Amino acid sequence: MSNAPTPSDADAPADEVPATEAPATEVHGYPITDSRGQTVVHVPRDKYVSLIKLLADDGYIQASDLCGVDYLTHPRRTLPDGVVAERFEVVVNLLDIEHRRRLRVRVQVPSDDATCPTLFDVHPGTEAMEREAYDMFGISFTDHPDLTRILMPEDWDGHPLRKDYAVGAIPVQFSNDYATAGRPSVVPGVPS
Amino acid sequence: MTTVTNPESTRTDSEGHRHDAAISAMHAAEREALIKQTSEGGQELRPRSELTAKELMREVGAVLRLSEADAAKLGAIDAEAVVPGTTGDAEEQTMIINMGPQHPSTHGVLRLMLELQGETVLRCKPIIGYLHTGMEKTGEELTFMQGGTNVTRMDYVSPLNNELVFSMATEKLLGIDGDIPERAVWMRMLLSEMNRMSSHLLFMATNGMDLGAVSMMLYGWREREEVLRFFQKVTGLRMNHNFIRPGGVAADLPAGWRDDVLRLLDLIPPRLEEYDILMTGQPIWRDRLQGVGVITAQEALALGATGPILRSTGTPWDLRRDMPYLRYEEVDFDVIVGTYGDCFDRFAIRLNEIRESMRIVRQILDKMPSGDYRIQNKKVTPPPRARIDESMEALIHHFKIFTEGFKVPEGEVYVAIESPRGEIGCYIASDGSAKPYRMHVRGPSFVNLQCLPHMLRNCLVADAIAIISSVDPVLGEVDR
Repeated sequence: MSNAPTPSDADAPADEVPATEAPATEVHGYPITDSRGQTVVHVPRDKYVSLIKLLADDGYIQASDLCGVDYLTHPRRTLPDGVVAERFEVVVNLLDIEHRRRLRVRVQVPSDDATCPTLFDVHPGTEAMEREAYDMFGISFTDHPDLTRILMPEDWDGHPLRKDYAVGAIPVQFSNDYATAGRPSVVPGVPS
Repeated sequence: MTTVTNPESTRTDSEGHRHDAAISAMHAAEREALIKQTSEGGQELRPRSELTAKELMREVGAVLRLSEADAAKLGAIDAEAVVPGTTGDAEEQTMIINMGPQHPSTHGVLRLMLELQGETVLRCKPIIGYLHTGMEKTGEELTFMQGGTNVTRMDYVSPLNNELVFSMATEKLLGIDGDIPERAVWMRMLLSEMNRMSSHLLFMATNGMDLGAVSMMLYGWREREEVLRFFQKVTGLRMNHNFIRPGGVAADLPAGWRDDVLRLLDLIPPRLEEYDILMTGQPIWRDRLQGVGVITAQEALALGATGPILRSTGTPWDLRRDMPYLRYEEVDFDVIVGTYGDCFDRFAIRLNEIRESMRIVRQILDKMPSGDYRIQNKKVTPPPRARIDESMEALIHHFKIFTEGFKVPEGEVYVAIESPRGEIGCYIASDGSAKPYRMHVRGPSFVNLQCLPHMLRNCLVADAIAIISSVDPVLGEVDR
């Protein structure tokens, strides 16, 4: 019950790479960019897990967040040289509790092969988040122990957060129920 | 993609004899569709016989960094505890039961599948999504101006914290995060801390109710209502305020707010002492909570747990102190940590965090600066109401900002703050338009729920209630 000082160099500002690396341009050989003062690493898909492992050894012991992004209608986003923009992105936010810093890792995932290795072996806490990304974007996380839908019903068609997912054309559920039998199964006035 | 066997649908078929008369009236295809629609299949906890070593590993071993063999040993049925009158056969020993989604102790619509041996929980799987309303998708359809109305409904017990993190992310994208007027910043802090109090008071109520201290439920709700009454005076609403907005807050504090806060600060401490008498020092209360639902710091960190769950393991991690936002570095407060990582620690942490929040609120009262409550940046701030009557430009400006919203430069940010439940984060990617291209909220309850299978293993069903309660999940935020 005290304001116990945590770990070392308490004055290291958040969201920055340690001062020893000066104005760093890469982390473990991968290009980093600055996004509104936050550090972002861009890593190819096949090196993704090994980078996260290296970063975990550097102190980024918690994966705060993992989410997908579908850049279907915004393909011309700014990326560092040498990184080819793909339709999907997996974004991981890592937290280093000892040095009080954050780091974001962005992985490009092509739409014709929407798979990404799982982080489960490094950070078991990403399990539910990867299931959510699978559910919402259809990005399959290879070797994930339980890759099922998490928020949508098991038999749902499509992945709702994809930009080409038809909003408003969702069949009404339970329309085959006795009470509502015979009613249209699609929201009226919405083109299917 | 995994193909999943669907034990539910086959079982429904074989058990269907009783309902044959009713069902025969239905068209075969229609019936099949109904089964399909109501089946949850692969999300459920599967019987032990269908379990692969890898799945067992996920459920019991991965966090502990065990080998598959060790994990299998940990997940194995205790041969000593064979239920009388049965053989040692795994199928006969265990039973999978369903708890929720309508169980009162699951705080909304959390559903748990428990594998029991007698009264001991061997495995557990939380099943969520019953409150999923696609709020992240909705967020892409609302402008940054309107977004607050959406995010405030996620964690409906601490709405002001949701609004705050969304506003801070938007401001960071706009590049105005350093220009927010001091009064707005301190008002945000005041509201955020008051919200922490109301949220923890609600926890006191539900935790008491779950454990049978039913009067506690009334006391907790009563005190929370006092705080909500203050919110109503300030924001106009008890919940879902949409008061903290990009650029500042919606309105200045009303006249007499200081007296209202002081009244609360005088009213709540004696009530907390009553809670201490009713719960903290009570042998029954302690017996129900101490040593129940233990989690280690290593497990909590690996599972992504934050907030009171992480602090109960003795890890002093609080974003307010460790990565200060607003003006938390200018106020004096303690980060409450536990020692054993059990339900009692989580209860005690929340109780004392109410006291710390009151300490912060007292300092805010002294330090509240005067000045503007929102940024005077025409890009994000609508003109004052009085100007609209006299200026055509102001009227146009007002109309444009509310119909089209304001454009936010391209980019992506992740902003995290300490909500009563842990780290609430907001990841926004903008494509330069007035609506977020992608708006993701990292709900602390969503991540914290992953601790349940680890806390519940080898506990009793009765303790499961205490453990769910101590995680304090808000399902609106879990399912979004």
